[in-house]
Amino acid sequence: MHHLSEALREQAHRIGREVLAVHADDVDQHSRFPKESMDALREASLLSAYVPEAFGGMGLNLPQIAEICEILGHYCGSTAMIFAMHQIQVACIAHHHRQQPFFTGYLRRLVEEQRLIASATTEIGVGGDLRSSICAVEQDGDGFRITKKAPVISYGEDADDLILTARRDPDAPKSDQVHVLLLEGQYQLEQIATWDALGFRGTRSDGYVVTGEAPAEQILPVPFADILSQTMHPYAHITWSSLWSGIAADAVDKARRFVKKEAKRNLDMPPISAIRLGEVDSVLQTMRSNIQQAMQEYQGLLDRDDFNAFTQFGFGIRINNLKIASSELIVDVVGKAMLICGIQGYLNHSEYSLARHIRDAYGAALMVNNDRIMLHNSTLLLMHKDR
Amino acid sequence: MSESAIRSILEQHGRLSTPVSELDAASDLYNAGLTSLATVGLMLALEDEFDIEFPDAMLGRQTFSSIEAIQEAVEELQG
Repeated sequence: MHHLSEALREQAHRIGREVLAVHADDVDQHSRFPKESMDALREASLLSAYVPEAFGGMGLNLPQIAEICEILGHYCGSTAMIFAMHQIQVACIAHHHRQQPFFTGYLRRLVEEQRLIASATTEIGVGGDLRSSICAVEQDGDGFRITKKAPVISYGEDADDLILTARRDPDAPKSDQVHVLLLEGQYQLEQIATWDALGFRGTRSDGYVVTGEAPAEQILPVPFADILSQTMHPYAHITWSSLWSGIAADAVDKARRFVKKEAKRNLDMPPISAIRLGEVDSVLQTMRSNIQQAMQEYQGLLDRDDFNAFTQFGFGIRINNLKIASSELIVDVVGKAMLICGIQGYLNHSEYSLARHIRDAYGAALMVNNDRIMLHNSTLLLMHKDR
Repeated sequence: MSESAIRSILEQHGRLSTPVSELDAASDLYNAGLTSLATVGLMLALEDEFDIEFPDAMLGRQTFSSIEAIQEAVEELQG
């Protein structure tokens, strides 16, 4: 697989140590946008890391983006999640612009201005089904109008631009969706729900009614169904899983330091929890191996550019399995690490505190609810034989 | 194997938002509201009706994109 350059990896860790880690507790405590961290990522031009070099971006591939997600996850889960969600939107545009001047121009602008993109996919009334929309693009002269009631838009208030799904027109069925980019100044947000959650508090995923209007050229030239199967679905589950593995790895690192400290205190008798360190590390390795495998398969499909392959049941099932497993394993890993650190891990403020990690960990199964995914897979498995 | 048999299965199991009678053989079924979950019900009914089994390679969007695509797939499997 393609790895990050040593320089970029060190830079991501440095930003993590010097900025994300410094503000992570305050971001968490006040459920606020991690402004300092996102500014540091902007400063390093990382918001356009996935934009192809042809448009002036860094031209990183998915495995490299995923590695950055994992690194950031070590220091601040909310910042890593915002970074991942932004990269998913960048990928949707980078993969599906079809050389349309508006979108290629936007990618260049993204590089220059390091614009942050939020996303509104879910809608009040569709029950969390990404492939259904109630709102529709209403044609109005050369442009369109749109109104969407979104139960959550992560960092909606702090993003520069917004990408959202809607029915192609007011007469289209709920599954005939398009993907639309609205620029700063073209839309208004009216807040209808406040994000005061157990974990990932810095993502500020408040609910909003979005109203906007824009020229028709801002509708991506590919049906959302294709964007979802070729990009959003695999890219999201791979980058999310990667940042979850970063949170898990940080928990394991705290457990390791705890065991080491205890071992130094009494060389003849290591702490009783020491044996669990080996156990938790092997779970972390499983988590990471799952990601590598899914990433390899997805990157292979991207390289082959085989349109139909993305819609094969088997591929969708495996990507869903990655999400289910990663979201369960992060809870497992952080929980085991907490057993190792004991009360020191349970405390909110201690060198070994895992309080934020465990609260973030429980969110993983809920963002695109695992039960929904499991039901979907269970249905597809009636047909898919895997042989 | 008749197009009308496929149309009637589609009517029963496709959960489309456009009536099947308004669709041409070449109309895009996904645009008519077909979802990947609904394709499973469709496949089960087609397997039952025509005594066929869909191989994994055919479990993709293309196979169920239109009435004529389904017809081609079924005919191919019937040999």
